[in-house]
Amino acid sequence: MISANLSAIFYLVSGVLFILALRGLSSPETSRQGNLFGIMGMIIAVTVTFLSIGNFSTGFIFVLIFILVGGSIGAFIAYRIPMTAMPELVAGFHSLVGLAAVFVAISAFLNPEAFNLGVPGNIKLGSLIEMSIGAAVGAITFSGSVIAFLKLQGLMSGSPITFKGQHPLNAMILISIVVLIYLLCSTQSTNLFWILLGVSFLIGFLLIIPIGGADMPVVISMLNSYSGWAAAGIGFTLENTALIITGALVGSSGAILSYIMCKGMNRSFFNVILGGWGATDEVKSSSTKEQRPVKSGNADDAAFLMKNASSVIIVPGYGMAVAQAQHALREMVDTLKKNDIKVSYAIHPVAGRMPGHMNVLLAEANVPYDEVFELEEINNDFANADVAFVIGANDVTNPVAKTDPQSPIYGMPVLDVEKCKSVLFVKRSLSPGYAGIDNDLFYKENTLMLFADAKKMTEDITKNL
Amino acid sequence: MEIDPLIFRLSIFILSIFIGYYVVWSVTPSLHTPLMSVTNAISSVIIVGAIIAGLSGNSDLIFNSSSVFGFLAISLAAINIFGGFLVTQRMLAMYKKKKKDKK
Repeated sequence: MISANLSAIFYLVSGVLFILALRGLSSPETSRQGNLFGIMGMIIAVTVTFLSIGNFSTGFIFVLIFILVGGSIGAFIAYRIPMTAMPELVAGFHSLVGLAAVFVAISAFLNPEAFNLGVPGNIKLGSLIEMSIGAAVGAITFSGSVIAFLKLQGLMSGSPITFKGQHPLNAMILISIVVLIYLLCSTQSTNLFWILLGVSFLIGFLLIIPIGGADMPVVISMLNSYSGWAAAGIGFTLENTALIITGALVGSSGAILSYIMCKGMNRSFFNVILGGWGATDEVKSSSTKEQRPVKSGNADDAAFLMKNASSVIIVPGYGMAVAQAQHALREMVDTLKKNDIKVSYAIHPVAGRMPGHMNVLLAEANVPYDEVFELEEINNDFANADVAFVIGANDVTNPVAKTDPQSPIYGMPVLDVEKCKSVLFVKRSLSPGYAGIDNDLFYKENTLMLFADAKKMTEDITKNL
Repeated sequence: MEIDPLIFRLSIFILSIFIGYYVVWSVTPSLHTPLMSVTNAISSVIIVGAIIAGLSGNSDLIFNSSSVFGFLAISLAAINIFGGFLVTQRMLAMYKKKKKDKK
């Protein structure tokens, strides 16, 4: 048994280690060390908790068993999961943090003595407020993440689900959560606590269903943020510094990521959250649709163009992840490099289904990270490049965002692909992307459409090089 | 009058938000996915609450209505801790620099 002061100091140490874990991610070299700091922080926090309770009876054995069971499941998932499924995995993990926060809150509500929070029916007011906020945010994180997971996994349609009166309904439920917390704190009623949880689960569900598949980067970041705030809420209840620090870190991290993602689409956070972007513009785009001529080619043409180029920029998008084409792509690039062709990769902030999704896939395919560039770093290079190879990206290359103020994506930062001498566009059909608008790039003089599966086309090009 | 300890915790909380703000802006965009998985792992430090909850029963009755939720939370958080840190490690191990001999 160690004193409360000593354990508080150790919790502070683990909080600091968590800060260092995030700090390490400022560059790939320091990132691995950062991860070790994170692991150390976690070990310290758990050990100190055991020591401060000081009860190594039968219950302790059960705690170890449950840690082992959960830990093996987690380790199994971590080693087996394919890198393309990372967005689903992260969404799934968020839901678990949310649910764990809810369970801890339930446990504290039912047995406040164990946490020094008072007795059932007379829990300290401050603790009860913190507990109910933590529980509500945790529940929203859980059900929201489950929906995000189902959408990413394809078990649920990725298209926005909207219905009449959706926003007023959501607003009413959110207000009722505030009212419920107030009533719960003044009456200490157990029933109200369960109702609060139920309503919070419901609103998490309702908030995410109107958001479409390509907006998932924002949703995942937002849920990341929520899971942090839920942890912080529980941290206040338990008066635990490690949890408060971590919750604040994770909360602000997720908020910053959502901000970056929204900026990448030139949309306000509320615009994304209120949902249904593609759905509302569909009518307009189909009416203005006209048959315009496109040039299409085959792997042979593409190989010819690239062989005669001196620099090639590759623009990957979600389609590359779907087709699992990253390894085939790297093989193609290896062949190009053997012919002394300079190759770099251009990544748009919202390419893929989560922040940094494309970078991870390219890293998996052994692409060195110093060949991979962000939008601002590489956008000026397109004018000097010979070939742009667009694989699985669409809206993020659409020049309309710069030229047509009427377009729903006007103002969105896009990659200046059209400035290249020639553009190779790998796509299965001419269908519009998520934003529901036609891509002007398809019809440009210097664009060659390669209608095929991304992986197969890349392999065929490699054969022809 | 003595200051309520809550104010101290609130100070820690607010300052940590600022630390988080500056630290996360310095994270390179190519590592945003590992950032999400590692924040996932560290937010599972909620396991400390789960352990307290799990051990709240007495030796005669280890599983009561309150500790059961604690045990459930322990296993959920453990999935996240192990899964989150290991998958982050697996991802970070893939980020390599260009080999010198290729130049």
